[in-house]
Amino acid sequence: MKFVDEYRSGESVGEYCRALAEITTQPWTIMEICGGQTHSIVKHGIQEMIPPELTLLHGPGCPVCVTPMELIDHAVHIASLSNVIFCSFGDMLRVPGSEKDLFSVKAKGGDVRIVLSPMEALEIAKEFPEKEVVFFAIGFETTAPANAMAIHQARQENLKNISFLVSQVIVPPAMRTILEFPDNRVQGFLAAGHVCTIMGTQEYEPLAREFQIPIVVTGFEPLDIVQGIYMCVRQLEAGCAQVENQYSRAVKKEGNLAAQKLIEEVFQIVPQKWRGVGEIAQSGLGLKNSYSAFDASTRFLLESRRCEIDSPCISGEVLMGIKKPDECTAFGTSCTPDSPFGATMVSSEGACSAYFRYKRVAP
Amino acid sequence: MCLAVPGKIISIHDDGSLMKMGQVRFGGIVKEVNLAYVPSVQVGEYVIVHVGFAISILNEEEAQKVFSYLQEIADEGGQ
Repeated sequence: MKFVDEYRSGESVGEYCRALAEITTQPWTIMEICGGQTHSIVKHGIQEMIPPELTLLHGPGCPVCVTPMELIDHAVHIASLSNVIFCSFGDMLRVPGSEKDLFSVKAKGGDVRIVLSPMEALEIAKEFPEKEVVFFAIGFETTAPANAMAIHQARQENLKNISFLVSQVIVPPAMRTILEFPDNRVQGFLAAGHVCTIMGTQEYEPLAREFQIPIVVTGFEPLDIVQGIYMCVRQLEAGCAQVENQYSRAVKKEGNLAAQKLIEEVFQIVPQKWRGVGEIAQSGLGLKNSYSAFDASTRFLLESRRCEIDSPCISGEVLMGIKKPDECTAFGTSCTPDSPFGATMVSSEGACSAYFRYKRVAP
Repeated sequence: MCLAVPGKIISIHDDGSLMKMGQVRFGGIVKEVNLAYVPSVQVGEYVIVHVGFAISILNEEEAQKVFSYLQEIADEGGQ
């Protein structure tokens, strides 16, 4: 496939790895933000191809992983109601809540449906006017335009029987949180390419300046990732701290203005809880007052409650780049993709799942 | 979750509303995709598609840069 196959050329990847070895003079630690990048790195064995001085840490960029447990519990509660059709992206069904997951609700007869686009939930709402349809609107900036369009369109079409359980997170505040950690090890970032197709690259400039850290907006294919690492190391070796765009075939500096416009129409910036991390100021998108009629958490009167459960799971530390998956005592033994403790083992883009699937590490 | 796949626009149906749609070919598969966020897109161009929405038009010229970058760096160094 064009724009895919050529970026998987072993020969070109090899050239970048040799060039990296030539410019690397000391140890550097780089974090890739997006779970899609983590998956590509582990699947293609990129850590093993690059010079041993370079360490790749896996970041918090998987919305499935960071959706708070409390919200999974809310989803389970709503999906269990008899008049509800609960629609979700498939990844969310096996994420454990404090007691159960959405998949077990479905197994017990709940009407839980996997959709590939939020617009499908609108079609279901029109088809079943006697039912309450709820869409689990999760995602990073990449998914925000799709969710915003579904919500906007629901209002345009005056649909009364659909609402949205929203958990939208924003990446740059999480990067700031990582950099402000006293134990932070990250010296350079590969920023998430698809997030930047929407929001552009400008909002990373203040972070690069303030923390004197190179940030390279990077794609997802092996060649993208090795070029992103090369650009980052080149800056680190030269003492630079700039925002660069490796993924320029898809990302413009200003991002996607049409998408940003609809995001601003529907959402406002709110504080947001990240599973395993805690609340991060200004790191989420919530519905604006003009769209509050479509908020599932008020329609179903959900009370906020704190739910933490005892578990050996270190997914919070994995998400923040403090630990790697194989440093967890439960990894691959009591915690596996079939029976996960934390969301990083559930989501196909979670770092633990990627390590379990592709990396030969002793449990 | 932010998985997005490149595909080629093979037709566009524009009724002037926010819901501009088109057909996009991914390898051997053709799917209906919402084109509201790529208003300038033309048939034959490639877009990146995420959860049923085209979110970016791929720039052919920029796409080649990854293959010439190392040579450019080497040339700069040699000057």
